[in-house]
Amino acid sequence: MTPVTTDVAAPDTRRAGRYVYIAAVVLLCAWVLVPLYFLLINTLSSPETVNSFPKPFLPEFDLGSLGFFAGFAGILTALKNSILVAGLTMIMSILIGAPAGYALSRFDFRGKEAFRLLILLTRAFPLPLLALPLAVMFIQTGLDDTVFGLSLVHTTLAIPFAVLITFSLFSGIPLELEEAAWTLGCTRLTAFTKVVLPLILPGITASAIFAFVISWNEVFAAAVLTIENRTLTAFLLQNLDTSPLHLKFAGGFILVVPALIFIFAVRKYLFAMWGIANR
Amino acid sequence: MAEIQIKNVAKRFGSYQALHDINLTIQDQEFMVLLGASGCGKTTLLRIIAGLETATEGEVWIGGRRVDHLPPKDRGIAMVFQNYAVFPHLTVFENIGFGLRMQKLPNDEVKRRVERTAGLMHIDQLLGRYSGELSGGQRQRVAVARALAMEPDVILMDEPLSNLDALLRMEMRAELKGVLAESNTTAIYVTHDQVEAMSMADRISVMHQGKIVQAASPIEVYRNPAAEFVAGFIGNPPMNFLPATPAGDGKWTVAGQILDGPSRTTPLHFAIRPEDLRPADTGLAATVKVVEPLGAHLLVTCSVDGALFRAVLDSDLTVRRGDTLTLAPQPDRVRWFDPETTLAVA
Repeated sequence: MTPVTTDVAAPDTRRAGRYVYIAAVVLLCAWVLVPLYFLLINTLSSPETVNSFPKPFLPEFDLGSLGFFAGFAGILTALKNSILVAGLTMIMSILIGAPAGYALSRFDFRGKEAFRLLILLTRAFPLPLLALPLAVMFIQTGLDDTVFGLSLVHTTLAIPFAVLITFSLFSGIPLELEEAAWTLGCTRLTAFTKVVLPLILPGITASAIFAFVISWNEVFAAAVLTIENRTLTAFLLQNLDTSPLHLKFAGGFILVVPALIFIFAVRKYLFAMWGIANR
Repeated sequence: MAEIQIKNVAKRFGSYQALHDINLTIQDQEFMVLLGASGCGKTTLLRIIAGLETATEGEVWIGGRRVDHLPPKDRGIAMVFQNYAVFPHLTVFENIGFGLRMQKLPNDEVKRRVERTAGLMHIDQLLGRYSGELSGGQRQRVAVARALAMEPDVILMDEPLSNLDALLRMEMRAELKGVLAESNTTAIYVTHDQVEAMSMADRISVMHQGKIVQAASPIEVYRNPAAEFVAGFIGNPPMNFLPATPAGDGKWTVAGQILDGPSRTTPLHFAIRPEDLRPADTGLAATVKVVEPLGAHLLVTCSVDGALFRAVLDSDLTVRRGDTLTLAPQPDRVRWFDPETTLAVA
């Protein structure tokens, strides 16, 4: 008798389920978008408006706060450091991660599954635990307060994603394509450059951008391991603490926007990381 | 001129022996089919010839040149893969021209050859498309055209039609056979489909458990199987087998009947194709289990002396389940196999 009762209840239940579903989607979107919107409004408002109440819901397009940052001492150096560290992280994580991804996808070896899990588990290890020993080690080796030293740490953070994304990219390319290229006059190298590379290039780019964003967003290691050569996040964290409210908003905005744009650009490939590539 | 010689080729994957001491010569311009069930080593053998796999032992010669140490690109071969392996980032034109571009041929020569082979395979309308915009059959045509455009000495095909639907497969079968005969290349074609093998091959090599059991013309393989495996694998339905005991002087007792056979003293297996049986006054007593009308014929599954036995009879006959038929084997079509070696006995 159960099927009958569910049949009767079905349209109502389904409609109710739809409302819940829509409400959940709206809630989740608001959760992410509302703070971003307020950040935007406050960034583009004059200091008076930022400190007043109630707040307007439309931005005033006052570029005063942003303009202040352009002239803020040290911010350009910090920006340059951020880009350098993120760039290095991007290059190193792809150079190390892509071959690992290729090996995972093309070869069978003992402990392959354990290795995959282990790669992911490195992300579960809390960085604060590592910070002190790392700082001591970096001071001993002279890597402290250098762009290269910090990008090493960031590379460690980015590699798991680089490996998993490239693994799924390489797995998506049938070995037969490479073999066909070999029979058509290619060596292993030319088959890779003429067939595999063009096919995975968009994905590799995405994975590189993701590594860039990870480094760009990272603040803890950057704050602990650098003093003079601060990245933008560490620099702003240090300075905004004592800044007026409107500058805090503007600083936050500067940090959030590039990361958002990058992640939005590569979102398709981040799904690929879990093997649910939508192609 | 591209005669292929395979000499004492063996392949082991770890402790698993995929190929045992294969010896095979394929004549210039011959269409050779490697036929066998999955896992029999036929694809491995093809990949060894192509250079995608290295033989553990033995030599491969193509056109009088030993090639087993050469990479695939230097063997004068072209290959068609089971999943087509059409490059998705290139147009059909660039796919067909890929090998020619690797040879650094001038543009107009590439264009001429691509257009000619595309015409042969009836895909001239698709040259600007990408593989994502093609159907399975069209991709198959691109893969064949790409191999033909190379004008290779040898063309290797690994189950090229197995991913197509039945109707398309039949159409492509005839077309491939025509195009390949035209191109004067030596062809090796791997399949598990005996109809494909019978209809296309000049010669069939039947493989079983890493060995070539028989290499002969399709009719020879069908009429005179060299081993019980071949007899049971080729033909639909396959050959019938019954145990036979010697009755002395070239006479054999098969299911209570006395038949003429080879002069041997050890027991043999009697074998007959289902279509070589006729209802008669004397013969094997068969109890009918299932009757399947197939239009032109009746496929009758019966039991002879407790063993499964099939006969293909004229569809005018009225046969019912439970009937007892007397089936006479056509004497010149009877074959005998040694149960010890499973090989045919003359």
